[in-house]
Amino acid sequence: MTETATQTNGDAPLSPENAAIIKLSRKDFVSDQEVRWCPGCGDYSILAQTQKVMPDFGYPRENIVFISGIGCSGRLPYYMNTYGFHTIHGRAPTLATGLKAARPDLMVWVITGDGDALSIGGNHVLHSMRRNVDIRLVMFNNRIYGLTKGQASPTSEIGKKTKSTPAGTIDTPIIPLSIALAAEATFVARSVDTHTDHLQETLERAGRHKGSAFVEVLQNCNIFNDGAFRDFTERDVREDRMLVLRHGEPMIFGKDRDRGIRLNGLHPEVVQLGDGVTEADLVVHDEKAEEPFLAYMLSRMAYPDFPVPVGVFRRIERPTHDQLMLAQVQDAVTRSGEGDLHDLLHSGETWVAS
Amino acid sequence: MTTETVPQQDQQIQELERVTIRFAGDSGDGMQLTGTQFTRTSAVFGNDISTLPDYPAEIRAPAGSLPGVSGFQLSFSSNEIHTPGDQPDVLVAMNPAALKTNIGDLPAGGALIVNKDAFTKQNLTKAGYAADPLTDGSLKSYALFEIPVSTLNARALEGLEMTNKQVDLTKNFFCLGIMFWLYERSMDPTLRWIEEKFGAKPVLAEANRRALNAGYAFGETTEIFHTHYRVAPAHLPPGKYRNITGNEATALGLVAASKLAGRPLFYGSYPITPASDILHQLSGYKNFGVRTFQAEDEIAAVGAAIGASYGGAMGMTASSGPGIALKTEAMGLAVMVELPLVVIDVQRAGPSTGMPTKTEQSDLLQVLFGRNGDSPMPVVAPATPAECFDYAIEAWRIALRYMTPVVYLSDAFLATGSEPWRIPEVADLPGIGVENHTDRASFQPYRRDPETLARPWAVPGTPGLEHRIGGLEKADVSGNVSYDPENHHKMQLLRAQKVAGIAKDIPDLQVQGPARGDLLVLGWGSTYGAIRSAVERLQAAGQSVSHAHLRHLNPFPQNTEEVLRSFRTVLIPEVNLGQLLMLIRARYLIPAIGLDKVRGKPFRIAEIEETALQLLEAR
Repeated sequence: MTETATQTNGDAPLSPENAAIIKLSRKDFVSDQEVRWCPGCGDYSILAQTQKVMPDFGYPRENIVFISGIGCSGRLPYYMNTYGFHTIHGRAPTLATGLKAARPDLMVWVITGDGDALSIGGNHVLHSMRRNVDIRLVMFNNRIYGLTKGQASPTSEIGKKTKSTPAGTIDTPIIPLSIALAAEATFVARSVDTHTDHLQETLERAGRHKGSAFVEVLQNCNIFNDGAFRDFTERDVREDRMLVLRHGEPMIFGKDRDRGIRLNGLHPEVVQLGDGVTEADLVVHDEKAEEPFLAYMLSRMAYPDFPVPVGVFRRIERPTHDQLMLAQVQDAVTRSGEGDLHDLLHSGETWVAS
Repeated sequence: MTTETVPQQDQQIQELERVTIRFAGDSGDGMQLTGTQFTRTSAVFGNDISTLPDYPAEIRAPAGSLPGVSGFQLSFSSNEIHTPGDQPDVLVAMNPAALKTNIGDLPAGGALIVNKDAFTKQNLTKAGYAADPLTDGSLKSYALFEIPVSTLNARALEGLEMTNKQVDLTKNFFCLGIMFWLYERSMDPTLRWIEEKFGAKPVLAEANRRALNAGYAFGETTEIFHTHYRVAPAHLPPGKYRNITGNEATALGLVAASKLAGRPLFYGSYPITPASDILHQLSGYKNFGVRTFQAEDEIAAVGAAIGASYGGAMGMTASSGPGIALKTEAMGLAVMVELPLVVIDVQRAGPSTGMPTKTEQSDLLQVLFGRNGDSPMPVVAPATPAECFDYAIEAWRIALRYMTPVVYLSDAFLATGSEPWRIPEVADLPGIGVENHTDRASFQPYRRDPETLARPWAVPGTPGLEHRIGGLEKADVSGNVSYDPENHHKMQLLRAQKVAGIAKDIPDLQVQGPARGDLLVLGWGSTYGAIRSAVERLQAAGQSVSHAHLRHLNPFPQNTEEVLRSFRTVLIPEVNLGQLLMLIRARYLIPAIGLDKVRGKPFRIAEIEETALQLLEAR
């Protein structure tokens, strides 16, 4: 394996020199296309936060590519003044894989939704993550099919009544982050469309990750599934009903920061601090843990039994797909020399007819 | 004739012009290897050759069973030949099942060599023989040679530390040795191969050497063969040659295309018979910058290829019919975003899973019309294994120059069959490079080249050309999303005109034989050899018949109609139920006549000759 293949980045800026030279602002990333999501859609905020964090990476605009599939989320690339490719349903990760293999120099974002990523494109999410393709996959999860006007999605809660499931869906929903972890994604995170600071921070950290990043953004579809996350994301309840993960810190939540998560055997439990329970009893978040058990446990914590965790669940390092692929190419060149077409055509057993 | 009745006499040498041999045995008997070794040896000797491997989809069907029979037919000649032969002159049958499934193809008087040891009661039962065909007289019209191959071979390998099973696995080389003696072939190429293959395992190397030598010595000393045969080298056009299968030639053509265009090749593929060998071969060419990607499925394979092309590489994918069906939506995306892409379809017998290892030409309409919306895509189809090299480059030339996905149609017969290939000089290969667009002032994502109607290729990383593309309809020139009715109509026409315009940039359809006459036999793809041979026989008999073969199936060469109208009758033989026939009739309103055979096998020359003759006589 060559040097490039083992090189991985943690939180370091990707191009620190460039960041100093390239002075871009949010508006440099706003394209001339009119945004056509429904008024009040959570996608507006995700777009805005994405545009805001873009200048921080130190990448010139032309080296950034947004690739999307089908669904409301799929329109995002049209609104980014970068290179963009609105592909077909579920397949954005495949195009991103090929693009990165051909062009490791590019920063590639994949924009997708719960139906696009987990239903029709489930296979590609699985494989792009396990390969550690160097992409930042941002999945807008609104737990509904919006663009086709309101059918159940793979993340819709069981029993949900929609146009396609008038008697309620009978399918157990997928937990997106559990899937990402099972697929060996090297960066797994969650945020919320309306929590703008947290969303920016999460996107920024995903952007700086080298390898496959899976970011679930809880996104409100105010037309077909309004208030899907309201119970725990609203301003007045969120501190009590959500857990903001911080690496190396105990899992504390609540307006008064008086509650926490403790392990009872292999099960998490919510405890009240005080009365003999101290911070030392709480689970300390470790996003770099070698094994994904903790992150997996967190991914399954759901309201109302638990506060909903947001933040970076897992962040580990592994050589990326393009690094490994190009290392093999480089190795072959080192071993056999750069291929000579004449020699190749004349290889094997030949004879001369005169 | 049986061994007992052969009169003893001195061995004689007889000159033959052409010989066709078929090796048939169990899937585990190594028939493909035996056939390949005989082929290589004959190729290096200088014969013209043509081969037809014919094997089951099952890797190891139950030993001795009828479905487990694997065959390899090769024809070698001192003259130019174009097919692996209609019928074998010699059939080597390793067991009763192989005899039963192949004897029907052996003409009366043909030589039949059998491994007598395999004709046990158990094997006869498995093959469904009530009585032993070796003794019941049913084979009396053939020249039968019963050889106890297993016994003789085991004797030759005595003393080697091997299990009986391992010893038995070398008996194919004993047969190969016999055939080498019978046709005066050198054992050197195979001995070299054994050294390369088993060098690290001296016992296996020694066993195979002994088996081969023992077979050869048996031929020399036995009294059952009273003649052996000589097939002189062919007078091929001067040049350096190598034996090549269609899949090998395709892979080499793709690497050549990458070099000629100066862009890295990205090959996304999902394993599927009979296309997988291209992936295997290309994965060995990493020092040419080739990036191979075994995708999670067919869709990912084509998706990744489109992504690579978007980034400025030469993205391509390959599959067979069932896989092409899965790639269909993504191929439509490539049509819409107008990026270069080559999709190889190594056709096999369908529909559905069909007969995976058997040949057919039945994906023509699928690749032309199997997408939603009017979705025009150029299609090229090589006619012979060696031609696969040229058409891999041609597919890329079109894809790059016209910014379009291109389908390259091969088939199982072309892919696995082989023939001598005259190796071209690199300097003689066509230049197919194109530039990326970099100029800001003139850039519009869908501003077209006035001559080719190609849009500019502006790859990510190019400053100032940031733009968005996708599967939604594009506004002419700007490429922005557009639902304007007139714009959609215009864009549909532009996409169609772009592909149709390629006709100006491809060679005319050539006619072999007189330019006018009573009958034209029109073909495409792997029917070339059989059609050409049939037409040549009829021409030699004074018939007014010519042959034309389409390599470009979309668009057709500009003179196609003119060629077709120069003949009273047009016959189109196809290994499908009349797909080119439908296209020709629809396009030119010419009442062409079809000859369709879908048996998973190539046409026999005689079948085409017979039908052509009937049409000529009906006049």
